Amino acid sequence: MKKIRMDMIFSHSSDVVSREIDGALIIVPLTSGVGDMEDDLFSMNETGTEIWNMLDGKKTVQEVVEALAQQYRAEPAEIEQDVAGIVTELLKRRMLVEATVA
Amino acid sequence: MKENRYVVKKDLDSHLLWKGEGPPLAHLDIELTERCNNACIHCCINKPAGDKRSLARELETCAWKDILRQAAELGMMTVRFTGGEPLLRKDFPELYLFARRLGLKVMLFTNARLITPQIAALLADIPPLEEIEISVYGMRRESYEAVTGVEGSYAGFRNGVQCLLDRKIPFVVKGALLPPNKKETAEFAAWAATNPRMDAPPSYAMFFDLRGRRDSAAKSSRIRRLRVSPEEGLDILTRHPGSYLKEMSAFFEKFSSPPGDRLFTCGIGPSCVDAYGVFQPCLSLRHPDLTFDLEKGSLKEANVSGFPRLREMKATNPLYLKRCARCFLRGFCEQCPAKSWSEHGTLDTPVEYCCRVAHAQARFLGLVMEKERAWDVRDSAERIQNLITRVAVS
Repeated sequence: MKKIRMDMIFSHSSDVVSREIDGALIIVPLTSGVGDMEDDLFSMNETGTEIWNMLDGKKTVQEVVEALAQQYRAEPAEIEQDVAGIVTELLKRRMLVEATVA
Repeated sequence: MKENRYVVKKDLDSHLLWKGEGPPLAHLDIELTERCNNACIHCCINKPAGDKRSLARELETCAWKDILRQAAELGMMTVRFTGGEPLLRKDFPELYLFARRLGLKVMLFTNARLITPQIAALLADIPPLEEIEISVYGMRRESYEAVTGVEGSYAGFRNGVQCLLDRKIPFVVKGALLPPNKKETAEFAAWAATNPRMDAPPSYAMFFDLRGRRDSAAKSSRIRRLRVSPEEGLDILTRHPGSYLKEMSAFFEKFSSPPGDRLFTCGIGPSCVDAYGVFQPCLSLRHPDLTFDLEKGSLKEANVSGFPRLREMKATNPLYLKRCARCFLRGFCEQCPAKSWSEHGTLDTPVEYCCRVAHAQARFLGLVMEKERAWDVRDSAERIQNLITRVAVS
């Protein structure tokens, strides 16, 4: 599994389409092989949604962590772990791609 | 449902996703064309494949894209492309891709004849996320083409199915029970059972609708003659009596009250846009007073402002009020404004055929006796409870 570095930048994969319906973020597979079943749709918890929205192909992981740290009273190490966790999971699911490597 | 730490798989059918009451429009049927490359003897809508008047009136690609975009903005998750034969539209691949890129799931109703290796490749690379439904008209060339009226159509259907199988694209099949293929039901069921996606025997269309546009008395008359008798239909429906009884018991446990004079008892929808951009309450209901031209307003206006009016509509036909309004089978019977419209040109005339079909099934279920009329039954709740108990202990 790829190690997530703080200088990495990620963007949403073109293999999925994200939509917001009735206040909920839904990630819809576009190409075959995303998810375990072809008819799977995905949603995220609140933290996941927030992080997803910040993974815009411009911000580094570090910047995402810093932005979250300003909003939440949590230890930076804990936020860092959360962000790395979701990035890892989304990469595994082909919902995220690495945009550039600094 | 498999839970992960951040990402959660959702089954939209469970409606667990929605925080509020759900989106204003969850599903839309899009009748891309009324034209079809088959000329099926029982069809309620088809026009010839090259019908110039239809071609001239059909919405252009950009208009369909605009409707799809509006539908997605209203929260729609699933669009069903139907027809006619939707693959007759040369822009089908473009519209399909457009819909999928909007994040929509796509249902496709087709006869499979126009599924080429290219179409199959598209469906394999960008899966529809819903099963493709293929109508099957016979298991042999003679029977199939006696229904479709088109030479070579059977080979085309087989080729199309093979293209899907080659690419391992999931699809389901359904039949239409007609005189030319009536003797092939076992063969059809056996063939369908080889399809891993078919977890139950194939369903049959057999209580056919008349022409939805009321455009041909001769064709409607032919469709009437092709319908199975209520007793024959019952035989088909009860091929697997155990599952039929369970299904009916579950149904009557929920829906068993006479509707009164409320005209729409079906929940209305899924709504539909016809080939010319006219919004209809459902695929079958084309009464001009209940449709909305999307050239004159948005899908939101059609959907949100139109439906409350329908829900308040009352039946006024004395015969309907005497029978259907008081009938505990009304939710079960296929009588609806769309059927009434295609049969009689009104919204609230009892459709005798639907009534006979419902009564035949109700007699089998022990809910009505011979020669008894369901609207005269006073102890329907007790009879339904007996059915539920009988099924539960069996």
